Amino acid sequence: MAGEGILSGQLLLLPPLAIERRWLPHEDRRKAGGVTGVDGRWSDMPIQLIGFLLVAPALAIVLLLFIVPLVSSVTGAFDVGGSVGLGNFTKAFELYSGDMLFTLVIVLLSSALIGLFSIMIGGYLTLGTNARAVAILRWIYRWPLFIPFIVVGQILRTFLAKNGLMNNIFIELGLMTPAAAMSFLDWRGIVVAFVWKQTPFVTLLLAGAMASIDQSTIEAARNLGARRVRILIEIVLPQVRQTLLVGLILSFVTMMSVLSVPLMINAQSPTMITANMAFRINAHGDYGVANALGLISLLMTSVAAMVYLRQTVREHSR
Amino acid sequence: MSFQIDWKWIPRGIVLGLLAFIVFGPLTNLILWAVAERWYFPHVLPLKYGFSFWANVFSPRGNAMASLATSVLIAGLTVIVSLGLAIPAGYALARLRLPLRGLILLALLIPQAFPNLPVYVNIARIFYQYGLNGTILGVVLVHVTHGLVYAVWIATAAFSAIDRELEEAARSMGATALRGFWDVTLPIAAPGLLASAIFVFLESLDEFTGTYFVGAPDVTTLPLLLYTAGSGGNYQIASITALILLVPSIAFMFVVERFLRSDVLSKVGH
Repeated sequence: MAGEGILSGQLLLLPPLAIERRWLPHEDRRKAGGVTGVDGRWSDMPIQLIGFLLVAPALAIVLLLFIVPLVSSVTGAFDVGGSVGLGNFTKAFELYSGDMLFTLVIVLLSSALIGLFSIMIGGYLTLGTNARAVAILRWIYRWPLFIPFIVVGQILRTFLAKNGLMNNIFIELGLMTPAAAMSFLDWRGIVVAFVWKQTPFVTLLLAGAMASIDQSTIEAARNLGARRVRILIEIVLPQVRQTLLVGLILSFVTMMSVLSVPLMINAQSPTMITANMAFRINAHGDYGVANALGLISLLMTSVAAMVYLRQTVREHSR
Repeated sequence: MSFQIDWKWIPRGIVLGLLAFIVFGPLTNLILWAVAERWYFPHVLPLKYGFSFWANVFSPRGNAMASLATSVLIAGLTVIVSLGLAIPAGYALARLRLPLRGLILLALLIPQAFPNLPVYVNIARIFYQYGLNGTILGVVLVHVTHGLVYAVWIATAAFSAIDRELEEAARSMGATALRGFWDVTLPIAAPGLLASAIFVFLESLDEFTGTYFVGAPDVTTLPLLLYTAGSGGNYQIASITALILLVPSIAFMFVVERFLRSDVLSKVGH
């Protein structure tokens, strides 16, 4: 997932849990036989072997080009001049402990804001009574969905700058004096970039899940005169909690691996450890500390990833 | 009654207007930068509009055209390789009884569950040993790894959504398994596969981090050009490049639902 692409891994349809409610029972698939049938030409080869041969190339790519380098990033973190040691970590903490905290705070704050906004937008899309307002909202909110991070970085770098369009508009409208104009190209810029790009993704998942819950409970609450905010918090949200969690975890992992946004919006210290990793390699060829930082970011996300994978396994074993 | 509704449009209008500003403000800014000839503080809008930077970008000696060609070549190869791997895998996962099917799907998900920056760093190191750094092939391989997850999952969903009886009908009329697949299954799955092809293409077109470590400086794709131009303070060139990347992405957002019918969508991850 965590790439820099349009969705950076977040194909609207992909995260398997997002559509958990619509998963069909597995019996369907089990009772259905293989393609070749008993009299097929391949029948002298067991179907399982054919199946394995068809899947093997894809698995090999993931193994060789993702899992192997992932393992070597872990071993590389402990490699100090050819021997095993914790030197890279000592150095990483000495140089970048502030940035580690900075990264964690930015990513957690962004996740919280993404969650809040996606609940608000998704809630209105589900419970809104004015069809036109819902349609307008649905049309507007999605735009950043497929915009690549690198483009988001470029757009916001010019928009949020001290002399950027945003401040200029505020000054022109009389909302701000030119002296009060300040640059948002620091931690705030990074948070804005993440929230701007990731909210539509989580909202899309959340609105989908909200649309598929049982409408009768909502209607019943409405008939009892419950306010919409209350319906959202007490009836809708508990039912889509899983989807929200998965969306936020995927966003968390994405934000932890985006390089372009911190590089373009805020490359000076304090910055995110993704930018530090790139710097260690480009400026010093220092793979040890870069890998140590990588392992630290892996540890931060593995907490999130564990939750995600555990959910997936649970869904698959159903 | 109608009076009340009118009043309600005031808060609605304010909120929607604010949201529109948040979403479209930065996008407008990008378009302004792309057509600005001169724009400096304290002017709210560009002083002079024009397309001279476009002429520069698209001139034969401008490197944008070369980057665009490189990007499209890499994305095209990535689609071919990804789908070449994903179609058999998706078919097997959808149709054949595989042992450890859940585990296989999970293994394909791993690239989604970990930040891939440390992975790219080490791929670059491994590729260096094999002379793959700075080559188109190296970059394609990195993009394939990234795009494969989607390709396999969508292909699996597309094949799962097809009625098995159609294939069986073809088989009962004497078609071989391969022919049944080629003449019956593949054409029906085509819209879903096309969607995954477009998706993988766009992911590759927009990929930055992997290309930055594996491709640069020998392979310059559009995102790398955008990054270099932006770092050099050349906002016009950066904005024009960003716009080139933006258009296909936004176009895809509007058509994606037409390609992926709901019966396929409901099978994703199944």
